[in-house]
Amino acid sequence: MTGSPGKIRIILPPHLRGLAHVKGEISLDVAGTPTVRSVLDALEATYPMLQGTIRDHVTQQRRPFLRFFACEEDLSHESPDTPLPDAVVSGKEPLVILGAIAGG
Amino acid sequence: MSKVRVLVGTKKGAFILTADGKREKWTVSGPHFAGWEIYHMKGSPASPNRIYASQTSGWFGQVIQRSDDGGKTWIQPGTPPGESTTGPGGMPKGESNKFVYDTSAETGKALTTHQWYDGTQHPWEFKRVWHIEPSLTEPDVVYAGVEDAAIFRSKDGGKSWQELAGLRGHGTGPKWQPGAGGMCLHTIIHDPSKPERMVIAISAAGAFRTDDGGKTWKPINKGLHSQYIPDPAAEVGHCVHHIAMNADRPNVLFMKKHWDVMRSDDAGDNWKEVSGNLPTDFGFVIDVHAHEPETVYVIPIKSDGEHYVHEGKLRVYRSRTGGNEWEPLTKGLPQKDCYVNVLRDALAVDSLDKCGVYFGTTGGQVYCSANAGNSWKAIVRDLPAVLSVEVQTL
Repeated sequence: MTGSPGKIRIILPPHLRGLAHVKGEISLDVAGTPTVRSVLDALEATYPMLQGTIRDHVTQQRRPFLRFFACEEDLSHESPDTPLPDAVVSGKEPLVILGAIAGG
Repeated sequence: MSKVRVLVGTKKGAFILTADGKREKWTVSGPHFAGWEIYHMKGSPASPNRIYASQTSGWFGQVIQRSDDGGKTWIQPGTPPGESTTGPGGMPKGESNKFVYDTSAETGKALTTHQWYDGTQHPWEFKRVWHIEPSLTEPDVVYAGVEDAAIFRSKDGGKSWQELAGLRGHGTGPKWQPGAGGMCLHTIIHDPSKPERMVIAISAAGAFRTDDGGKTWKPINKGLHSQYIPDPAAEVGHCVHHIAMNADRPNVLFMKKHWDVMRSDDAGDNWKEVSGNLPTDFGFVIDVHAHEPETVYVIPIKSDGEHYVHEGKLRVYRSRTGGNEWEPLTKGLPQKDCYVNVLRDALAVDSLDKCGVYFGTTGGQVYCSANAGNSWKAIVRDLPAVLSVEVQTL
């Protein structure tokens, strides 16, 4: 699947899709050079119910049981201001926000 | 005819059980918020169709939900794209999820540390809302007890929250420590005769009271004795599991401490033990009959190392003498091979005549007694583990 030019594709975990009332992928315009931070800023602006669910309200740190993946790479420990891979920027690949597989 | 609405929070969603005043035929709705932990739901006494819910997740954090139609529909803290970012009544968007300790110079307190499991100091960190307590008189005013222990208040129907920082910051915080479930503020009780008075309880710090609407607080733990802390009679550090009050006699409080059932006749200033003949005085829940203020209910749990009922028998114990003399109530409850727990917010009473008593188990059963405990029936048997039960008499 390829997204619309200029839009960032985002895949949310199922519980957050439910909270945001969306099905499948989200596609968002992101101003400037897309980074994890700018994508999450755009995501939370469009879906304010997601504020605090992916990164802490106060510290803005990634919640511990969530990870950011793209192009088969784990971006979770990168600086949130690192530009996203070209394939994500072009819409060829999504940014995946993944909940840890935990609980048995 | 009156009816009852039972609000059940579970490990994997919320359920609403309704029946008429006979409490025999039940309608079950849910799961609401499927897959999420619902720590607590409670309706507004001033506007019963308004219900607040604490929806939480170790992955995704805290969400506050509100219903204004008795639980048929819920307003999430946000809205679908393209729609207004506030719902009917101004509820909410992401701000309603936001619980930030007040560290401001004007109203707040510095964010200090509390005692950690290993005895070292640990910074305060918000984790979740354990208990929601709506105002007795104002539908838009609601209180939240949170982990790490603090109390928050919303004056706008849950849209935004402000900490009542006098509690966390009144001085003994470094001696507070988490119980096995975390350092949670799990009990909030309004005194209907004194609008400025509230009693709260924290595991493991103890009970506290405000007489000025939450500005200042004092520990009310005199008489508690806890063998598991260095000074068994310390001012704070006690693992209080729950406190209950009969609204017609607000100076009398009953407490389920980690071990021990306690009673105060002076709004918590002094406590005495009333465990009496209970087979074990460990447990979590306690509540008081709606019309008989000396009738008290507990469900003994075997021990703090074995969080299930004693001897494989699910027994509610009732005292009609304000404690000390307890009788087991077993009719309709399993009396062999039962190893469930009943968590601290999972016992409630309605205000019908005869008083209904309800509790939920970690095995997913919700039991009802429509005759003050004399006999019991399971309303449902196979829910996810029950975290909380509240009842509205409508």
